[in-house]
Amino acid sequence: MQIRPILAALRRHRLATLLIAMEVALACAVLCNACFLVVQRWKLIQIHSGVDESALAVLTVNGFDPSQAADVNARMLTGLRSIPGMQSVTVINQVPFGPQAGAAGVSHDPGSFKNTIGVVDFVLGGPGTYEALGLKLVEGRLPQADDYRPATNFAPPDAQVLVSRALADHAWPGESPLGKDFWCDKLHFRVMGVVDHLARAHPHDWGTQATEWTVFTPTLPGGSLAGTYLLRANPHDLPRVLHEARDAVAKIAPHVVLDQENSQTIGDLRADYFKSDRIMIDLLIGVIVTMLGVTALGIVGLASFWVQQRRRQIGIRRAIGATRTDILRYFQTENFLIVTGGIVLGMALAYALNLLLMQHYELPRLPVYYLPIGALVLWGLGQLAVLGPALRAAAVPPVVATRSV
Amino acid sequence: MFAYYMDLALRSLKRNPVLTALMVLAIGLGIGASMTMITVLHVMTNDPLPERSTHLYTPHLDPLPLDYSHGGSGIDPSDNLTWPDAMSLLRAHRGVHQAAMAGGTLLALPVQSGLQALYAAGRYTTADFFALFGVPFEYGAGWSAADDTAGARVVVLSDELARKLFGRADVVGRTARLGELDYRVVGVVTRWDPAPQFYADSTGSQFSDIDTFFLPLSVAVNEDLPVSGNESGWGDDEKTGSSKRGAAMSWLQFWVQLDTPAQVADYRQYLINYSAQQKALGRFQRPPTNATLFGLMDWLAHQNLVPNDVHLQLWLALGFLFVCMVNIVALLLAKFLRRSGEISVRRALGARRRDIFVQLGVESALIGVAGGTLGLAIAQLGLWSVRHRPGDYARIAQMDPSMLAGTFVLAVLASVLAGLLPAWRACRVAPALQLKAS
Repeated sequence: MQIRPILAALRRHRLATLLIAMEVALACAVLCNACFLVVQRWKLIQIHSGVDESALAVLTVNGFDPSQAADVNARMLTGLRSIPGMQSVTVINQVPFGPQAGAAGVSHDPGSFKNTIGVVDFVLGGPGTYEALGLKLVEGRLPQADDYRPATNFAPPDAQVLVSRALADHAWPGESPLGKDFWCDKLHFRVMGVVDHLARAHPHDWGTQATEWTVFTPTLPGGSLAGTYLLRANPHDLPRVLHEARDAVAKIAPHVVLDQENSQTIGDLRADYFKSDRIMIDLLIGVIVTMLGVTALGIVGLASFWVQQRRRQIGIRRAIGATRTDILRYFQTENFLIVTGGIVLGMALAYALNLLLMQHYELPRLPVYYLPIGALVLWGLGQLAVLGPALRAAAVPPVVATRSV
Repeated sequence: MFAYYMDLALRSLKRNPVLTALMVLAIGLGIGASMTMITVLHVMTNDPLPERSTHLYTPHLDPLPLDYSHGGSGIDPSDNLTWPDAMSLLRAHRGVHQAAMAGGTLLALPVQSGLQALYAAGRYTTADFFALFGVPFEYGAGWSAADDTAGARVVVLSDELARKLFGRADVVGRTARLGELDYRVVGVVTRWDPAPQFYADSTGSQFSDIDTFFLPLSVAVNEDLPVSGNESGWGDDEKTGSSKRGAAMSWLQFWVQLDTPAQVADYRQYLINYSAQQKALGRFQRPPTNATLFGLMDWLAHQNLVPNDVHLQLWLALGFLFVCMVNIVALLLAKFLRRSGEISVRRALGARRRDIFVQLGVESALIGVAGGTLGLAIAQLGLWSVRHRPGDYARIAQMDPSMLAGTFVLAVLASVLAGLLPAWRACRVAPALQLKAS
């Protein structure tokens, strides 16, 4: 196939050629970046919470005085445990994707704002909570009965705790975190073990590095640790168990108020938490698909116009010996050349757009392998769009050459 | 002439219905997506109190110690005021009206039997609040400055909460139970919900929260009622503890009405003087010039209430509109050039280039009007889906008349712009060549 005659023909249609190339370039730039955004969001919502999400639910009540905390805890624990199918009920202060209860800044030194580690989530749990969550210990030891101490302010003043591996790697890089001390103002904590994963309540809000900066603190229920209960049941029993538990609250403790919004399975809380990200993903995919569609329509429109305009010339070529395949190839090659031009421009545009997004939206750099994938998609789209008009061109009979119009 | 061009345009569009439909669809999708996001941004950057906003200001002091850093948590404690500072500003009485305030949620018990207790969100504030913001009363009135000083247990209810608690709105003089205390109802206000709720703490949901009760701030401090906003403490507060009266915990918002530029300048100077005085006393450590006065709209801009996602979606939509427009340029070019023969005949019969240009322009505009209508429908659909999104701004995503008109202007503008290049190209065809060729 000779390329020179095609280029010569394109030079006579500079404006239209430029328009298609520009459309392809824009589509390429948006396609690469939108796909990248989708992948980023997708990674975000795949976050590992570290707990047995399918078997866990949380039930929250409030509207009682702190002085009644012990009584409410005792009533709720016995009352909820009697529900058939319930495997365990324990007191906790926050669960992944639920409301945040205990985020605080911690440091390597007592009572100072210097030498800080960062803001971490304190997950306080009564006896049995660790087992119910289904956390995985990777180092150190499990909390024993005498590790559970009462909270004075918002956490126990001197506690043995478990930290997530992410927090351990951040606070003591390259060292064993076991036995290390840290402080939250005057509260002292010592690391007794490390868990594989444990997400904070709002993993999004603290940047991608800090999604799992959590401290599991064994705490005796009572005082500020009351009103939020972790329910564990067989995954397929869980919806029914939670439903019965919510209904039972009015009988177990008539004076408290059930917090409807925060009494759900962890799975539902997770879905709610990531809802806007899911919408964003759907939106981006929608934009990608419609934009590719619009681009394809533009190619079809202009290619049909060219075919109609060149009917005579096609007829002459057929009459002097060109086969149908030659005509088909001609239009396909022409499209390939234009799309290639667009892709070259589009790659530069894609990088420029990525730089712009990086400046405003804390986005990493676009990996290079997105560009060849984008190019392949657009080449495919171009060939697909031009196929119809090209086949129509190939069907032009040689006899057209002998007619005047 | 215009009617004739309209007729020509309609005929031309009807001749090739598929191409016409494609162009209308492309512009409709682009306009619909853009207008959805422009409307969302428009309502989010709305002026919550159009009649008063130019006279409302919020003062800000910097009481933080020199070595304090609030880390990555994103909440700046100096966004709010401490109790001693707020009370000093209030007593100084330098503005036309001024009020200190904080949000709170209390358990409310309905007087009607058989109804469940409910959580009511409201505001602890001082007497001038109602005059400052022009809150409309349905019954009764606000409380007096003397009530503030005395810590009188009085409350102003919203019409909605009054009906929930008592079953009716005319309840001045009755007793309402909120939290652990009884309050005498002194007034009932009609529905008043500025969106965003500019005067609330920045950590709340400013687009969805509505205050349903108002009670004196002094009561909230005396009884240590729960505060729903951010309470940030710093430094060594052994002496004051983390109590609401503490000088090292910020939790209050403060607004002041200043009518003339001179008053604004005076107030600014007063804040700097006050900070300098506090620094001399050893309470403040940072430069007194850190004290600032924000106007209402400046304050909203400072708080940056529009989520990043909304910005990103707006850019996506505008980018999409641009792609659609480039596409329409290409399609119109093909369409107009295909009619070179017809154009040549008109030119040969005496039509000027300008006439051809106007004729083709009318055709593009007609596509724009059709695209705008479709875009409007798509935008309504888009806004409907936005209202079903999570996020507290969803509720207010509605189109107002100016946005409706804007949709059409944008659509026609876009399509006429898209038609310019093809029309210019088409009216430059050489009539003699074309006529000879056919």
